[in-house]
Amino acid sequence: MAAVSAVWQRHSRGQKLARTVLWLLVAAAVAASLKGIDVIWEFLWDAPEQVADMAWRMWPPDLAYYPQEVHKALMETFHIATVGTIFSMLFALPLAILAAHNLTPNKALNLFAKTCLVASRSVNSLVWALLFVAVFGPGPMAGTVAIAFRSIGFVGKLLGEALEEVHFGAIEALKAAGATQTSQILYGYWPAVKPAFWSIMLLRWDINIRESSVLGLVGAGGLGMIMNAAIDTFQWERVATILLTIFAVVVVVEIVVTFFRRRLI
Amino acid sequence: MAVVLSIKGLVKAYRPGVPVLKGIDLDFEERGLTAIIGSSGTGKSTLVRSVNRLVNPTEGSILFKGQELSRIEGKALREARRRIGMVFQEYNLVERLTVMENLLTGRLGYVGLFDAWLRRFPADDVAYAFRLLDVIGLAGFANQRADSLSGGQRQRVGIARALMQRPEILLADEPTSSLDPKTSVEIMELLKFQGIDHNIPVLVNIHDVDLARRFADRIIGMTGGTVVFDGPPEQLSDDHLKLIYGGEGWLQ
Repeated sequence: MAAVSAVWQRHSRGQKLARTVLWLLVAAAVAASLKGIDVIWEFLWDAPEQVADMAWRMWPPDLAYYPQEVHKALMETFHIATVGTIFSMLFALPLAILAAHNLTPNKALNLFAKTCLVASRSVNSLVWALLFVAVFGPGPMAGTVAIAFRSIGFVGKLLGEALEEVHFGAIEALKAAGATQTSQILYGYWPAVKPAFWSIMLLRWDINIRESSVLGLVGAGGLGMIMNAAIDTFQWERVATILLTIFAVVVVVEIVVTFFRRRLI
Repeated sequence: MAVVLSIKGLVKAYRPGVPVLKGIDLDFEERGLTAIIGSSGTGKSTLVRSVNRLVNPTEGSILFKGQELSRIEGKALREARRRIGMVFQEYNLVERLTVMENLLTGRLGYVGLFDAWLRRFPADDVAYAFRLLDVIGLAGFANQRADSLSGGQRQRVGIARALMQRPEILLADEPTSSLDPKTSVEIMELLKFQGIDHNIPVLVNIHDVDLARRFADRIIGMTGGTVVFDGPPEQLSDDHLKLIYGGEGWLQ
């Protein structure tokens, strides 16, 4: 009867088999990695107690410590993030233009720019900071340059992609009016990518605030530096104050960024 | 009348051996609206875009007021393009700029980068832009953003931008194809009478045969990359249309 053949199945037999095999592989991989990370089970069962103990030692936070040192470090963190973001912008802009194949129709230059951008992104901020602490010595200078170098790749990649998506029609019209390429960038590309550009910069600044608050762990200035000192000397009440500060800052930055981004588009 | 634009043996092949234009010879005089008709993919657009070199011709010559355009590059090409106005099917305005800024882009070929950045255009240009806004019926729209306009309004701005160049010829690539019938007529009127007012020839690619008949002083029919009809609208017969578009069912 015809009704028998009217059975519908989402996956064919081959697909079902493939999916089952895939799930088994995932399960095997999870099992293998659990074995690989050498869980010390005594420590794991002990964890809730340890957390409670640490929380107890952190309480009450040493709020008097804030005006003494935390505020100064917080401002330093702000400066590292902001100046680093601005510097990254200066380098990312030309690299983004070189990476966008519609603006730079030269495969060798595209590849060069993309390699620079990937190199910047492939190194973590903390590693960049370690390198620049070695170059500039410990302090906010190393942190600022580290933030800038890590951000170039991020900003350049996203901006380059935004440039490549600019609608060709308006550019063609400017070209037909005899505009030079720089005028085309100014009047065609820039207005089109402006909202994306500011949105990318705000997002990166937001990330950089968070990243620069830990860079001090390797000596590159800011909140991380005093946090490291507090942890090393077991002053958990101070650590609590610093963590609360970071939390408050992240919330405030989030609010500020959301406020400005809404006005961009 | 003197010939201002002379196209000789124009061939364009996007892929070697597959020419879209197969040797076009056309002369255009210093006045009048020429409509180029033909089915899609027949090379109308390529022909018009070859004139201002948005498309690079494979072979042939394009002589514009005594200057050979087909091989020039760089500064010479930019300076030649400044003298040629162009109107596009999709208007091609810079969406996020104001109407006034869009008009002034017609002067970008003349203004230095720094002045352009600071929006410092000669007072003459700004005054002319305001006059053109009056002409196209968009007075008071100067500070409105282009993306807030309707299709017809955008195309008017597109025409005004081309006129800002004070062009010596006006090209229009399917200027009415994205517009409703009433707006299409208005846009064609604008193109026709601006051509007359500024004493420049107008070349229009167009799908709509009736519009072409109504506004053109001369019609060029193309099929398969060659010109198969060239004459005044009165001479365009149904037989010609069959030749240009193929078939005849659509004519009834």
